[in-house]
Amino acid sequence: MAQELKTIELPIHTDEMMINMGPQHPSTHGVLRLVLRTDGEVVVDMDPVMGYLHRCAEKIGETVSPHQFVPYTDRLDYLSAMNMNLGFSLAVEKLCGVEVSERTRHIRVMVCELNRIASHLIAAGCYGLDLGSFTPLMYCIREREKILNLFEAVCGARMTCSYIMPGGIRYGDLPDGWVERCEQFVEEFLAVVPDLHHALTSNEILVRRGANIGVLSPEMAVAYGCTGPVLRGSGVAWDLRRHGEPIYTKMYDDYRFEIAASVGGSYPKDHVYPAIPPHAVLGDSWHRFYVRMIEAFQSALIIQQGLQKYKKSEPVISEPMKIITKIPEGDAYVETEAPKGQMGFYVVGDGTNILKRSRIRSSSFCNLSVFREISKGCMIGDIPSILGSIDIVLGEVDR
Amino acid sequence: MKFADIAEMVRNRLPKAAVSVVSDAVDPWIETTSGSLVALCQFLRDEEPLRFDMLHLVSAVDEWTPLKPPKKNPKTGEILAPGDDPNRPDPGFTVVYHMSSLANQHTLVVKVRVPRWQNAKGPKNDTNLPALPSVSGIWPAANWHEREVYDLSGVTFTDHPDLRRILCADDWVGHPLRKDYAEPKAYHGIEH
Amino acid sequence: MKTWFVELVPPGWQWVMETIWAVVIAVIVIAIALLSVAIFNWLERKIAGRTQDRLGPHRVGGRFGWLQSPADGIKLLCKEDLVPTEADPILFRLAPYLGLTAAFTVFFVVPFADGWAAQQVNSAAFMALAILGMDVFGTVLAGLSSGSKYSLLGGMRAAAQMVSYEVPLGMCVVIPVMCFGTMDLNVIGEAQSGWFWHWGIFANPFMFVTFFVFLVCATAGCNRAPFDMAEAESELVAGFMTEYSGFRWAAFFMGEYTSMVVICGLGSILFLGGWNGPIPWTEWVWLSEHVHPALGWIGNCCGAIGFLAKIYILIAIMMWARWSLPRLRVDQVMTMCLKYCFPITAAMFLGAMLWMAAFPG
Repeated sequence: MAQELKTIELPIHTDEMMINMGPQHPSTHGVLRLVLRTDGEVVVDMDPVMGYLHRCAEKIGETVSPHQFVPYTDRLDYLSAMNMNLGFSLAVEKLCGVEVSERTRHIRVMVCELNRIASHLIAAGCYGLDLGSFTPLMYCIREREKILNLFEAVCGARMTCSYIMPGGIRYGDLPDGWVERCEQFVEEFLAVVPDLHHALTSNEILVRRGANIGVLSPEMAVAYGCTGPVLRGSGVAWDLRRHGEPIYTKMYDDYRFEIAASVGGSYPKDHVYPAIPPHAVLGDSWHRFYVRMIEAFQSALIIQQGLQKYKKSEPVISEPMKIITKIPEGDAYVETEAPKGQMGFYVVGDGTNILKRSRIRSSSFCNLSVFREISKGCMIGDIPSILGSIDIVLGEVDR
Repeated sequence: MKFADIAEMVRNRLPKAAVSVVSDAVDPWIETTSGSLVALCQFLRDEEPLRFDMLHLVSAVDEWTPLKPPKKNPKTGEILAPGDDPNRPDPGFTVVYHMSSLANQHTLVVKVRVPRWQNAKGPKNDTNLPALPSVSGIWPAANWHEREVYDLSGVTFTDHPDLRRILCADDWVGHPLRKDYAEPKAYHGIEH
Repeated sequence: MKTWFVELVPPGWQWVMETIWAVVIAVIVIAIALLSVAIFNWLERKIAGRTQDRLGPHRVGGRFGWLQSPADGIKLLCKEDLVPTEADPILFRLAPYLGLTAAFTVFFVVPFADGWAAQQVNSAAFMALAILGMDVFGTVLAGLSSGSKYSLLGGMRAAAQMVSYEVPLGMCVVIPVMCFGTMDLNVIGEAQSGWFWHWGIFANPFMFVTFFVFLVCATAGCNRAPFDMAEAESELVAGFMTEYSGFRWAAFFMGEYTSMVVICGLGSILFLGGWNGPIPWTEWVWLSEHVHPALGWIGNCCGAIGFLAKIYILIAIMMWARWSLPRLRVDQVMTMCLKYCFPITAAMFLGAMLWMAAFPG
């Protein structure tokens, strides 16, 4: 449909109209504001305006100790708080040269992958919602609910967990029965995935709405600093769980999983995923969405492995650092593969227990910067499709 | 490539660009000057064994600390410990560029120092902000990062295509991530 | 019955009784329509709930949440009545009732059972389409007069979409009209009496295909998902209704549901035998006016219930589609109309014509 649209673009132009989409709008995923300049239904140019959710996270980071800053990282990407905690904790650990125990590492991997599934479920459901399909979202929410219950069991909080701390994890070992509940969840989730594929991935209307829309070339993706599923949707097999800092890749060294990216025109073959529709082009909205669906599946398999490794590991849990722990002078930067993309924390210590600077590289922020380029010439109806496939969280963009 | 090889290559090809190379830190870095920043970045991105094709982050670290007053004996007024010298040199900002190469799988940190105010004796307001050349022509990713650094830390970037505030409101006064930033009492009549 | 009622008074005063009769009929028809809106509001929520693995309304009013619709109505009446300063004050207030009136008026020519139309018109099929076409004015006026860009876009989309879909919809109506040889809906309905294979949909293969095209065009003509371009809440917030609240919004809502009822009623008369059940059981138990007028009246009542049941089934299908499918893009909706629906109906028209020529009677 979109190929046809480009070829029959008529030489008729109307007066340009300025449309203010947001900050209160159903499909801008929070308080993003888009100033669209449209020619009829066609978007000529647009300017994303941010900052409506700016809460001075970096300024706060200069006044509290790393231990106290962890709850603020929860509120960055509030849909994947565990991954935010992990990113910040690893940065501080790298600066301080702290190592965590094997069991702690496995727990971290499991909760982070659970949170990745939760985040991707919301992304997939909201992508359907943005395109007018409400029902799949409810199925996604139902599965996510089970993950939040698991989080509640480990740390008492459902969304803003603050579970992973610099130096270890809070509250000691996993509670009794958690492993069995988690196993049960993974089984149930793997059984639900085909339903979601049926309702979303291979739905003809959804394919038509996403295929060949907002095509992002791999070169452009890299140049704009796009990461995560946005980058992999463009066919770049780059996943920090394999290519990142040693302190991060060490966590995933003994896990088997495939990078969910199309290499040479084919996605991982470890499992049967729905076929790629003929009109989809690498780097379009549909591929970004597809990558998330594959990743969620892969994460479930990682959790299964993690549970086995957890059972075999020595029961030693690393305790978090204290509030008064002195942070050495120097700086460290760690990026982790958060669900939305590469989440980086740059921490600068000055010998006291309070960081001199805690700079946050937000994945959504960088992914959003390419939005303007790839949405020129699309229709107003494609804006939710592209934005939904980029999958931003405004808490992280505005910080 | 290892950091030592990268630093060696930079030293050989652009001898003036690398002011200092610190290789024993947690994240080793190359320090450069604002004059040779663009040339260095262009070199890092385009030169084959380097190919730093992705810029991750541009951040500004304010090195300034509040002046400590001298410690006095409250009764006698005797100075027990000297305070900071009010005429101490400007510690400035460190602007840090984190970059990596997806093709060759290595990372690099480049640092530049800029003064906190362009003219040390000038007025401390927006007319006197320090300036750096923009690298948004080399990596489009730098566009928004530099806008953010300008917005929050008050470092301007020359040749930037669209240097506006990005997170704070357009009419916000001051740059919040400066250590000497004073919060405004009210904003459009909203007090706190 | 009407004759008996009118002849109660002397001939010079019969116009009074005619008027009273017309008002009574109008009240009954509007009551049926409004009751249907309330029921469909509840049904839509229930169907949405069950589709989405949840219960739907179950708190307000007993076990099945049957008081949900009245509660909603009271809530809407209590809402603040807003008119934006940018809006055209007269047109903005007028728009909701235009669409509602158009949808209600169609009811007067739709027969609910044999001879049970508020006004028997021998060109009822044509008139129903013509009045239903007025529906678009309310939507477009709302879009233009709201003084909001979202409303404007929604109104323009609605204008393009609803007017375009009139064409294949009209073609879909013309085909049964041609097959039955009349535009009188009552005659068309009666022509399909007896077993279900007498229904229009099974009259010939072309009618069979036409029915499904009709269903698609009816969905699009009512601005229902997956063709709800004019509302498109993820793109245009609420499209032409963005600035409306309270009772005016409710009027749009009622208009949408009423036009759904009307168009499904039209569909069930043209294709699904109208008030004639799948099996001719009323004939077997002598519920016919040939036996006794009262028995005929009871038979008609059963027929009307059957007719409403068919409308409910068709609307349930529309709701099912709404809660299962994503929304098309605006150009895809137009493509669907102009490139698929229209050529298909044209071909079916030609085919039905040849079929009539080949197998007359």
